[in-house]
Amino acid sequence: MQYATSLLPTTSNPVLRWLSNTLYRKNNLFLFLLLTPPLLWFGVVYLGSLFALLWQSFYTFDSFSMSVSNDLTLDNYRALFDATNLDIILRTLSMAITVTLACACIAFPIAYYMTRYGSRAERGFFYIAVMLPMWASYIVKTYAWTVILSQEGILYWGINHLGLSSALNHVLQLPAVGGNTLATSNLGRFMVFTYIWLPFMILPIQAALERVPTNLLQASADLGARPAQTFRKVLFPLVFPGVVAGSIFTFSLTLGDYIIPQLIGPSGLFIGTMVYTMQGSIGNMPLAAAFTVVPIVLIFIYLALAKRAGAFDAL
Amino acid sequence: MLYKIKQSNIKMRFKSKANNDQSPTWLKTLAYGGLVFLHFPIVFILINAFVAHDGNNTYLTLKWFSAAFAREDVMSAIALSLKVASVATLLALVMGTMAAAALYRRNFFGKEAITTMLILPIALPGIITGIALLSAMNILKIDPGFWTIVVSHATFCVVMIYNNVVARFRRMPHSLVEASMDLGADGFMTFRRIILPQLATALLAGALLAFALSFDELIVTIFTAGHEITLPIWLLNQLARPRDAAITNVVAMMVMLITAIPIIAAHYLTRGTESIAGSGK
Repeated sequence: MQYATSLLPTTSNPVLRWLSNTLYRKNNLFLFLLLTPPLLWFGVVYLGSLFALLWQSFYTFDSFSMSVSNDLTLDNYRALFDATNLDIILRTLSMAITVTLACACIAFPIAYYMTRYGSRAERGFFYIAVMLPMWASYIVKTYAWTVILSQEGILYWGINHLGLSSALNHVLQLPAVGGNTLATSNLGRFMVFTYIWLPFMILPIQAALERVPTNLLQASADLGARPAQTFRKVLFPLVFPGVVAGSIFTFSLTLGDYIIPQLIGPSGLFIGTMVYTMQGSIGNMPLAAAFTVVPIVLIFIYLALAKRAGAFDAL
Repeated sequence: MLYKIKQSNIKMRFKSKANNDQSPTWLKTLAYGGLVFLHFPIVFILINAFVAHDGNNTYLTLKWFSAAFAREDVMSAIALSLKVASVATLLALVMGTMAAAALYRRNFFGKEAITTMLILPIALPGIITGIALLSAMNILKIDPGFWTIVVSHATFCVVMIYNNVVARFRRMPHSLVEASMDLGADGFMTFRRIILPQLATALLAGALLAFALSFDELIVTIFTAGHEITLPIWLLNQLARPRDAAITNVVAMMVMLITAIPIIAAHYLTRGTESIAGSGK
């Protein structure tokens, strides 16, 4: 066949031409060739590693010789339910839940204002203004907070100038919240977590709010509902899937974090810091591996609950 | 990290109607207060990078920048991070595009499983990915170093490329490809002349996001880096050295700029791509 009338210059090499025609005709072969490299990479490198990790959670750690042997055991999983380890899990879990609630409370007014009242330019501005801190380097943001919360930092300076230092001391003496200073208190850790994951909550709520027709709110007002009633009975149920969608991020990100608990807050371990010290300084890889199963299980439970709340349609 | 992926594709669905209602003052205060909360640590770092104390005087200066650039450890950390991010992005570009090209028009058994697998490295907490790769390296007796960092970064960067490219593929009418073939172009020619130009901005945007993601990734890197020091690891080590704070501030600011610029660029690159040449009816 001649292609002399073709508008485009074609590949002159007949071998290449044959190759491209074969690939176009043998659809499945082409698919196979395209998928092989990514599948090899993910199947071998990534899933292989995950299974290696899970497998090691059944190994035995000898605490006298500080070495790992290949005898299979369920002891590591049993150890998760020891009082100290259960404490770690509950501590992390309660922090994740508190941070999620706080993020929802702070995010809602921002998202609501930008969607409902912001002019077009203002909405664009809010969008960028939420995106930028979200993408800004995690370690830089954490670093900034360690400086802000330190005793020579700007927060203490402001509190002292406002004459609130005695109030702060009272707060810091509360049992579950407090600590010696802001930087070593649960309050400080909670502030940093809330700050870092807040943008992840704003955007899904904003997306859910965009989909609520304004006339539903007007109708509710016309029928005599007070603003608070409209919020409770109309707006919130409609936006709830968006809140749950955002909470997936705040919840699972807090659950798996191990840098912030190391840098800010009291000395008690989190799941992440526990995993880190177990594999690092102690070398108890089996227990570390068993501990990584905890956030995986918790996140899957949470995802199942979120799915029931319709969060996945809100993403 | 998961949401970063999501939002890289989702465009804001602005209502076309302008909002005429007046907002209550308390709501406006809360909203802008929230923005202030989101930005003041960042502004704080930016200002600190330019401030010097001298006895009782506080003044603006650029001297910390030259001090930072003169530090060998800073420069080598920056160089390593740039190198890792570039190589990881390149690998992710190839694999992400291949996966996108394979999956966008086909339906077959196991397709869902493959897309889930691509998302998994960022859906699971970073510590799990990190420790899993580390345990595999221990078993295989691989020494951590430059290439182990690259492999770990490429693993979670693939999905950034995949998401951007697959969205573009879906909006690209297949009739363009058929027309090109009808006019006598073979597969390679069609790829170069038709598909690649259509994909170009999606590839670039995905690559920018992947680069930014890799450049400031810390959680996974700690496990796979061994003795190598990337820029985020350098910053983390720096937290134990408060006397060095001035240099740390400058480097922190640079990290923020190096990640912010690609993010904004990617945002503008993917804006308004809903109507691609040839897809209008």
